[in-house]
Amino acid sequence: MNFFVEARTQILVSLGVYIILKILFAFHFVSEYIEQITIYSFIVIIASLGLNVIYGYTGQFSLGHAAFYGIGAYASAYFSRIFGIEHVYSFLPVLLLSGAIAGLTGYLIGIPILRLRDDFLAIATLGFGTLVRVFFDNSDRFAEVLGGSRGFVGIPRITNLETVCFVTLFLIIITRNMISSRYGLFWRCIKEDETASMSIGIDTAKMKLMAFAYGCFLAGIGGALYAHLYTFLHPSNFDVLKSIDFLIIVILGGMGSIMGTIYAGIIWVGFIEGLRIILPAAMLDLRWVFIPLLLIALMMWRPYGLITKGR
Amino acid sequence: MNAIEIEGLRKGFGGVKAVDGISFHVGEGETLGIIGPNGAGKTTVFNLITRFYVPDSGRIMFFEKDISHLPSYKLPRLGIGRTFQNLRLFQNLTVMENITSAVLCEQGYNVFSGIFRTEGYLLAEAKARQEAQRLIDFFQLTGREKDPARNLPYGEQRKLELARALSLRPRLLLIDEPGAGMNPREIQDLVTTIREIRERFSLTIIIIEHQMGLVMNISERIVVMDFGEKIMEGTPGEVKKDKRVIEAYLGEEFA
Ligand SMILES: Nc1ncnc2c1ncn2[C@@H]1O[C@H](COP(=O)(O)OP(=O)(O)O)[C@@H](O)[C@H]1O
Ligand SMILES: [Mg+2]
Repeated sequence: MNFFVEARTQILVSLGVYIILKILFAFHFVSEYIEQITIYSFIVIIASLGLNVIYGYTGQFSLGHAAFYGIGAYASAYFSRIFGIEHVYSFLPVLLLSGAIAGLTGYLIGIPILRLRDDFLAIATLGFGTLVRVFFDNSDRFAEVLGGSRGFVGIPRITNLETVCFVTLFLIIITRNMISSRYGLFWRCIKEDETASMSIGIDTAKMKLMAFAYGCFLAGIGGALYAHLYTFLHPSNFDVLKSIDFLIIVILGGMGSIMGTIYAGIIWVGFIEGLRIILPAAMLDLRWVFIPLLLIALMMWRPYGLITKGR
Repeated sequence: MNAIEIEGLRKGFGGVKAVDGISFHVGEGETLGIIGPNGAGKTTVFNLITRFYVPDSGRIMFFEKDISHLPSYKLPRLGIGRTFQNLRLFQNLTVMENITSAVLCEQGYNVFSGIFRTEGYLLAEAKARQEAQRLIDFFQLTGREKDPARNLPYGEQRKLELARALSLRPRLLLIDEPGAGMNPREIQDLVTTIREIRERFSLTIIIIEHQMGLVMNISERIVVMDFGEKIMEGTPGEVKKDKRVIEAYLGEEFA
């Protein structure tokens, strides 16, 4: 199948990465903590890739990406609990379903808000993100198991190196193929000029919805993997700061670059967790001083991203 | 048959009557020029035909089909292509992509073919590139396929925009001030190109020009607009002599 033939490089690289990491993990060359954040960085890459489709490729500024990440996380955790899922194979359908729920939510919310432009869209997505956060905070009123502001506990730990490697590879290939198909081309046209896009026959409303729903689907998958890695969810994991994390990764990696998102995702997780190791516990909150400073510096110095070449 | 028939078209912006009850028609294969001073409402007429603006009233018939209520993106499929007064290329896309994007709108494949790169996908993509290449060669942009559109000089950007519109295989082509920002030699070149396009693609054309020269050369009939109204209609010869036209233009010069 052409799907695999043209993805030879990606498959080989992933296999290499997997083998190296597997050796490091199996012989305990790295601590369990490092193991966990390594797996976490794959998750961050998947979710950021979703935002890159929405913002980097299609130009739709979203401040609510973490909400869809959260929807995927909570949905999957809920299914795992009610269906008593413990094994990877029964987890995969749950993963897909949770991604689909996040994607569908994105689709439905996108119908009214994607008509808005720039700052208005930013405010609308911010509003939606806040709404979802409030919902998570009060979720125990709908179903006790969701935990509300106490958090969702007792999620089975299923996400492992194999799962994230496989899922990430698969989603990267799909995303790359989408981007290089006519749909990706239309997304890039819309980012460049919506009026011109309509003048050549692109159904811009439909294409924007498609990009948004797909990006939210990726966020949902990331969220579901996250839930089954850390086994505990708290509403504060999915607030606007988290959305900004994803934005930083997309901007850092360069808008509209898959490789950029991958590098930036790794750098970002390394940076945040690195600060956690370097900074004494009492000064941990200083991270939230460093990060905005870094962002300002980045915007002044390399507005088109750290990794891709400037215009 | 008439390619397009416009009846009592009106559009206001606040207090400004940008288009104030315009009617005209263009026969199949004909080239109509629209001239008039700045702000006369010429571009607004195009934006109404392609429904970037919703008319306040009036009717637009395209090959005897009422298109007044169709959304913009459906018009290329019916056969209406256009260019813009202020160039609207996809600046960061390549020359090739600027055209294949238009071709692939009509000759497509579904999402799954795209993801799994089926034969259908490969075929459609190859065909789109082939068609685009033909237009690139026709407009003498050969060798620049992989350059981002923004790297082209202004005159070539204008050509690329025309190529993009033509790749839709339109039956009606709307060209808005193609000569804007060009020197006399480039304009001469452009006139030749438009003549060739007309022959080769057997097109109906409406062309807007602010300066009279270019449009007099290629139009069979001319509509003169001022303050949103049609002040006269006739052959280039008739228009040149008309007192109202001279006044409209003189008025502008002294304004
Ligand atoms: N989107 C718009 N909003 C407000 N006024 C507009 C808009 N488009 C055009 N106009 C006004 O309509 C009038 C006609 O404009 P236009 O059609 O661009 O003229 P022309 O192309 O003949 O120079 C002008 O007064 C212009 O300011
Ligand atoms: Mg104009």
